Amino acid sequence: MIEFKDVSLVYQNGTEALKNINLSISQGEFIVIVGLSGAGKSTLIRSINRLVTPTSGQLLVDDDNILSYNTKQLRKLRTKAGMIFQHHNLVKRSTVMKNVISGRLGYTSTLKSIFNLYPKEDLQLAYESLKRVNIEDKVYTRSDQLSGGQQQRVSIARVLTQQPNIILADEPVASLDPPTSHQVMTYLKEVNREDKITTIVNLHFIDMAMEYADRIIGMRDGEIVFDGPVSEVNEGTFEDIYGRKIREDDLRGGSEANEPVSSFNTEDEFAQTRN
Amino acid sequence: MSQSHLSTQRTNLHKPEIKSVVSPKKKLRNILIVLIILSLYTFSSIQTSSFLTQFNAEFFQNVGRMIGKMWPPRIGFASAVWPKLAETIHMAVIGTTIACIFCLPLSVLAANNINQNKYLYSTTKFLLNVLRTIPELLLAVIFVSLVGIGVFPGILALTFFSLGILAKLLSETIESIDMSQVEAMRASGGNTIQVIRFAVLPQILPQFTSFSLYVFEINIRASVVLGFVGAGGIGLLLNQQIAFFNYKNAMALTLIIYVVVVSIDYISNKIREALL
Repeated sequence: MIEFKDVSLVYQNGTEALKNINLSISQGEFIVIVGLSGAGKSTLIRSINRLVTPTSGQLLVDDDNILSYNTKQLRKLRTKAGMIFQHHNLVKRSTVMKNVISGRLGYTSTLKSIFNLYPKEDLQLAYESLKRVNIEDKVYTRSDQLSGGQQQRVSIARVLTQQPNIILADEPVASLDPPTSHQVMTYLKEVNREDKITTIVNLHFIDMAMEYADRIIGMRDGEIVFDGPVSEVNEGTFEDIYGRKIREDDLRGGSEANEPVSSFNTEDEFAQTRN
Repeated sequence: MSQSHLSTQRTNLHKPEIKSVVSPKKKLRNILIVLIILSLYTFSSIQTSSFLTQFNAEFFQNVGRMIGKMWPPRIGFASAVWPKLAETIHMAVIGTTIACIFCLPLSVLAANNINQNKYLYSTTKFLLNVLRTIPELLLAVIFVSLVGIGVFPGILALTFFSLGILAKLLSETIESIDMSQVEAMRASGGNTIQVIRFAVLPQILPQFTSFSLYVFEINIRASVVLGFVGAGGIGLLLNQQIAFFNYKNAMALTLIIYVVVVSIDYISNKIREALL
């Protein structure tokens, strides 16, 4: 359960990124936040794991105001709120395994993690997470040798290894091609359903939002201008949110690729020829 | 040849004449710069009464006499050189290793993207700057007076000297890393030390290795001189031989040092090329 109560955030340069946000998200929801760039989507998501700190209001995660957290509490919060980034932010020079096991950092003592002494169960968990996104054969590959889609799958595996209650995904498909985008979204949706993990995804593609979301939140200029189930949304809603007509580049396209996950081989083959 | 000469002449008839490749204004500026440098040079020469004319016949006679005394180098002396040469390399190895270990925390503290504490950052940076301005020979003199003559003050001098260079180079590398990887580690619940270990260290590792080898090269060369002030190593031997006018020994020594330094530089350069 996540609750925003009159949350505002003003950056040091004076930008009002969030204006009096009131929002309540229940466990297990799959929410897509849409809006133009600069609307405050990223700031909203990053407030939930305190990568940015709102300047006023209350932000409750499981009835606890996270805005008053100290470093230790923050670490615990971030362990339970996994994050996926647009540029996947893997440590490029490290192996896939090292990246995925870093999802256990919050659970592991500093000394043990420094010497790579993880419990057997953690290593097993990391491997299982890789299996869930079908990339376990790359376990000892250096992550900069993977294709963009594969890297994003590894970053999903990293988050899964955290065993989070919440997954925050900040434009996870913005730098991927349409089939790979659908693949990544399918994995996120699968994880959301199977593990009942609250999933909040920032997207600016309308068709993808419609296809995967249970609930859509529209943002413009730091305010929530729409909040409702996907069934209440139509093209007019998006035009209201964006404040302009819908254009070609607001659509990702390629939804025919939304087939069973095992059929996505092309991209792996691409990466193999590259290696 | 003659054809091109003709064509230049023809164009000169129709177009305004261009006398040089730089504008007159720039030409004047360049002449001024040269004049200033020349007068500074002359002034310094007069002040120190050192002139190029001192490279006269007498000078070259001296060079000839010197070479006569040094040549042929006494190769037999090599047996006395090896232990001291080994000592020099050991000193460089120890100094570099200790510096490499201690430069890691220091360079993190001196990188403003990781160390958010302004005061700690500027204090570390200031201390490192102070450290770097002290030449290694002066450091050696200081440590010899603190702990006495021997290998130990030499190692201390090399350690502090390389610490300054390494921490400076490394902190600049840290400041240029990809911070998004750091953010991801923070977002998955890592504390500061874990973030440094898992997001910073992998990114700087190739440069770190390269810098360490580079500093090792510098240390080998520096440790040759340290003996002159009594801080151990081969310099002590060289100093003795010159003091006792054993120029043939000194020559053998110099040649051996040259070969060893050049080969260590070469090997370390090859390793560094392979790394980057």
